[in-house]
Order: sequence, then structure tokens, then C-alpha cells
Amino acid sequence: MIYINGTASISPQPTLKKEEFLTEIREYRANMLQCIEPDYHEFLHPNALRRLNRIIKLGWAGAKLCLDDAQLKVPDSICVGTGKGCFKSTEIFLLSVDDNKEQFIPPSPFIQSAHGSIAAQIAIQTGCKDYNMTYAHRSFSFESALIDALMLLKEGKYTNVLLGGVDEIEETQFKTFERAGHYKEPEVNNLQLPETKSAGTIAGEGSAFFLLENQPNNNTYAAVKSVHTFSNPPDASSVRQQIFYFLEQGNLAVKDIDLIILGLNGDVQFDPVYADLSGTIFKEQPQAYYKHLCGEYHTSTAFALWLAANIMRRKEIPDAIRLNDRPPDKLRNILIYNQYRNVNHSLTLITGAG
Amino acid sequence: MGIISSLGAGVQANLNRLLEGETGVGPIRNLETRLRDELMAGEISYTDNELAEISKIQDLRGISRGALLGVIAAKEAMKNADFSDPAVRTGIISGTTAEAMTNIERYLQDFLNNDRKNEYIESQDWGFSTEIIARETGINGYMTTINTACSSAANAIMTGTRMIEHGLLDRVLAGGTDALSKVMLNGFNALMIVDTEISKPFDRNRRGLNIGEGAAYLVIESERVAQKENILCEISGYGNSNEAYHLTALSPDGEGTAQAMNNALEKSRLQVGDIDYINAHGTGSENSDLSEALGLANVFGENPPPFSSTKPFTGHTLGSAGALEAVFSILALQNNLIFPNLNFKDCMDGVAVSPATEMIRNKQISHVLSNSFGFGGNNTSLIFSKVRL
Repeated sequence: MIYINGTASISPQPTLKKEEFLTEIREYRANMLQCIEPDYHEFLHPNALRRLNRIIKLGWAGAKLCLDDAQLKVPDSICVGTGKGCFKSTEIFLLSVDDNKEQFIPPSPFIQSAHGSIAAQIAIQTGCKDYNMTYAHRSFSFESALIDALMLLKEGKYTNVLLGGVDEIEETQFKTFERAGHYKEPEVNNLQLPETKSAGTIAGEGSAFFLLENQPNNNTYAAVKSVHTFSNPPDASSVRQQIFYFLEQGNLAVKDIDLIILGLNGDVQFDPVYADLSGTIFKEQPQAYYKHLCGEYHTSTAFALWLAANIMRRKEIPDAIRLNDRPPDKLRNILIYNQYRNVNHSLTLITGAG
Repeated sequence: MGIISSLGAGVQANLNRLLEGETGVGPIRNLETRLRDELMAGEISYTDNELAEISKIQDLRGISRGALLGVIAAKEAMKNADFSDPAVRTGIISGTTAEAMTNIERYLQDFLNNDRKNEYIESQDWGFSTEIIARETGINGYMTTINTACSSAANAIMTGTRMIEHGLLDRVLAGGTDALSKVMLNGFNALMIVDTEISKPFDRNRRGLNIGEGAAYLVIESERVAQKENILCEISGYGNSNEAYHLTALSPDGEGTAQAMNNALEKSRLQVGDIDYINAHGTGSENSDLSEALGLANVFGENPPPFSSTKPFTGHTLGSAGALEAVFSILALQNNLIFPNLNFKDCMDGVAVSPATEMIRNKQISHVLSNSFGFGGNNTSLIFSKVRL
């Protein structure tokens, strides 16, 4: 078993203080949800603070909060998933290439435009000189990093992996993908996301980190049992088949799932599969959802895993995420199912550490 | 395996050009950039339309140059693999870093100011080319993309190998694709690490790199499903390390590059004396070559096995470089060849190692180590070994 021995989440909700678990919920009337960011002075030297772009800061702060939670200074290895990475720095650099007609361009946005610079900055801050990986595949980014982390711990070379999912949303990307019909128009209330019944979703972002180890300790939240990804299922019934197969592999049945966390995002084009699952195989199970809190983004499942890990530790499901009012009799297995535009589908199963 | 680079389309075309000692780096003809008057590149001569034709892709909506290159290389790699058995779990892991740039730089103004190019919006994304390659090759299993800058494709090959070792996949198409972009040309130029002539890796008077483009993929299979007659080599070792030093520079002492090589050797259980050839990262840039040479001296001592950088042939193809050089490493194994490090004259100050400058033929090559180092201090070494059946 692989244990989650530290967590942290920076999100559009007040999640910075680990003592408070979604006791206060932030309501937005905008279709772009951005993080409630910490004071970065606590995390970075003033020079670095001035120099680094926002997503590298978000990534490092998330990583540091997680390491603090796990009471660890230097991780053995680092795996990060980020769909869009440092896109903003790429855009700034590109606009400056055009504005300056390809002459005398300041290189600093270019230096920070590589996806890998988020994980690299964590390595620089902590002095972790070993394995360092960055996955950048839409809504498989975080899952790929998680699968890699599980392999690393099984290989036995490292005793722990710092795992993260980081993405940011900013004006240009928001506007561009709004044009492509990914986001709702006009503005909606995030807390009414499932009732909107219109095309598109709301954009979000976040930085969630986990310290994974082979051994449990007194800060263990939960254990990661397994992860599975699949692409382009033809219909809801093949999604159900994938879920049955996935559970079977772990010697589980649907009735063993004490909570299903669904990635529904209010987009009528892509939400029907969640409605199918809620109404069929998971009808009798407690159900939850989360994108009304953090918005849709490529690594939103990192926020979902943070939710699941904290639910497991506290043995309570916050009211704000309940999709039905069925109370769980116990909290032993939590399944996260997410899909992005019916292309990237993922299943993540965690279990109690005891 | 399959490849397309400025040396040509296909493994044989690439080998022929390498054997002739003929570089693919030259004037920029396809990419629209003011820098074409100043800089050379390892640009593939085909236009996007020609590539689209070669790729035989029917649905070209929103397509990118890097996706076209990737599909061409992937189809060649897969021509010998038997994909008829659905019980063989097949995945794709692709490395890319610049691929998404080509459509972003062409259409960003359109995305921001009008609705004419919306079909390209979803291609400004690093997973895009991987999904197109999966669609065109019919791979429907595990799919992911790695972006660790210039070690992306080497990391894709490493991750693919590990997934097979863990029994998560039986077969994986692993490699990478990157297309030439204005962003990368200007970015490296702004960092003042681009040579105006063809690069001179490991030479005292090296002035930087040439940017290139290309794609290459390997079909990696488990022992259980591999057909004997199709086996090209074994991936016997891999290792990754991070410099934890700087976002773009390597540590000046070569510690990080040495650690990646040592990690790969440890995994392969080979001794330093077993390595017959090293396909170096060798970009031609001041910092990176010195760090690599010190790393080589650190791991192999003062007389390392013959090594060379093939980047003066292809240019530095960034995210896909590790895949192109994996193909060249396998060609070295198959043909008992060591490729020359073009343009090398004098040793660097401070480190006495020097690369092979002439083509070495008929030397028994059993194990080849290939290095790839990326921005963010991400270092990866792979070891390819001859299989005796």
C-alpha cells in the first residue's frame, strides 16, 4: 500500500489553513475562479518573489505547505502534473517577440515558460537532486504523475515522493477557450453549477500536493489503492464497464464504495455520463461533486484527491460537496471519477489507512 | 522505430545521411521568422501541406506541424508491430516541449481578436499531438505526455520502459515530437546560446546550438509479447536526476549529469567499461557541454569510451531530441558504428576529454549510453544494449 502522509491545497476556496476543512465556502459570480493565494513572502526570498511567475509560486507554495504538513524538509523525488504549465509566460514572451519584431527580447519569461520549471523550482528550493518528472497531458496530467509516483515507491529506490497537480487560469486562456465554447456565458453562480443546464463550464485553478510513502505514520490520511485512465469511451455503458473492471481488479464491488466523487462541471454536453452513473450503478452510494468549488481545470483531480484524503482522515463529508443526502455508514473506500470533454477519463481509488 | 528529421523521412534516409557525414542544418525556408537571415536550423524541408500528404491523415482540422511529424514517425515505428491482438495492452507516451508553440504563435492574435482560427484553439496544448498520434495509429490504451524540456522524449522512453516492467502495459509507443517555432528560436537567441554557424559541440570555441525539429518513436514491448524477429535492442538502463541549481543552467561541476549516468548504469548492472559508445547531449552551448564533459570524466575517468554529439547533423530538436538520439543509438548498435562529432577541433579548457571526430566502423558495439539534459536541470540517461538471440 502507498500512503498519503501529507497534503496541502491552494484553491479558490479558503483551504490554506489545514485546521479548517471547507467550513467556509466562497461564492463566485464569475466564470473564472482563481486561487485564494497565500502571502508568498512566507515562502520565497524577496528576489525570487519578484522574479518568479505566478504558477511557479503557486506550485512551490503548495509543495511547501505539504512538506510542512508531513514535517519533511527534502523529498526523495518529485512528480508534478500540469496541463497548461507556464502558458502565461509563453504568451508574454511571444507577445514580446511580436512587439519587438524578433529583436532585443528580454529572455526572462522564456526561462520560466517551460512546464518543468514548476517541479524544478521545488527541487531548487528543497535541494532535491533526484528524480524529477513533469506530465503535461490535459486531464491525464495529475493521474500520470500519480501513476509514476506509485511505480517509484514500488521500485523501492525512494522512500517518498512529493506529488502535485498545478494549473492556473488567467484572462487570455479564459477568453480563448470561452470562444471555443468551453466556458459558460453569461456569468453563473458557482454554487449553482449543476443546475445551470447550459453548455460550457466555469474555469478554475489550483495547486494541490501530497507526500506519498510506503509506510503509514501518525500523519497518514489514507492509502492510494489504484489509478486507471481511459480515453474516448463510446457511451456511458462502456464507462460503467470500465468502472466494474477497475473495481474488480481491486477485489471490490460497487457496494464497497462508501463515497463516489464525481467530476461533473455543469456542461450539458458532457455531464450526462455522471447523471447516468448517479442514477444507475452508484444510485445507492453516497455521492459528492467538487468543481463548483474549484472550477474546471486539467489537474482538478488533485483537488478531488485532497478532498478525498481529508474526508478519509476526518470521517466526515462536508455538506458543500454532497450530491445526494445518503449518509455513509462507514468511510472505507472513496472513488474519484472524472472525465474531460469525454476524452480523458480517470478513476482513482483511495482507502482507509487502518 | 521511426524517425523524421532534417536528415530525412525514415530510418534509412537518416542513416544514409549520417553515413555520408552530411548535415541537415541549413537555411530556414519554411518557418516565417526575421531570424532566417541570421540563423540556421535543422528544419525539415517539407512544408506543412507536404507533411500532411505523407502522414495520410484524413481529418486535418486544427492540425499542427508537430502532430504531422509525430504521426509520420509513429507510423513508421509501428509498421512491424502486430496490433491485431486486443489482449496486448498498448499505450503511448510522448515527449514534447515546443510542439504546441507553432500554432500558438501563428494564431494567438486571431484567438485574441477574432473568431477565424478557432479550430486551432485546442491545439495550443501539449497533449494535443499525442492524442492525434493515438487516433491515427489506433492506440487506445494508456496515453500521456511528458514535458521536461529537452529531456522530454528520453523521459517518455524511460517511463514507457518502467510501465512495462511494472506489468501495467505490454507495449508502448514512446518517443517525442517537436516542430520548429519562432518562440524557441527567439528564446534561445535571447539567451545568447545560438550559434550562427553549425554547432561545434565540446569544442573550445563553441558558440551555442542550432535549433532543429523532428520526431521519433520506438515500439517498446515486454519479453512476453515481443516477436523475436522484430527485436532491435534491449533498453537495459535508465536514470534521471535534477540539478536543483538553476531554471536554465546546469551545475558547473557536472554532478547532476554524472548522477543521471550513474543511475542508468546502476539500473543496467553494467560496468563503466561495458559502454562502447556514448551519444552525448552535446548541444554546443558553453555551459551544457562543459557540465556534460565533466560528468563524463567523473563517471568514466579520463579515458571515456568514444562519444559524440549528433546535434550538428540534426540541430537540437528540443523535446524530441532524446527520441531521435535513441534511434541513432540503436543504429550504432545495429551497424557497429560510431557517428562523428562534426566540427570539433580543440579540447575545452578545464576538461581533457574529446569526442570521436571521424566515423568509426566495424567496432563491436554492444552497449550505448544516450544523454538528454533539459531546462529545469532535468537530466536523463538511457542505455541501449544489443540482444543476442
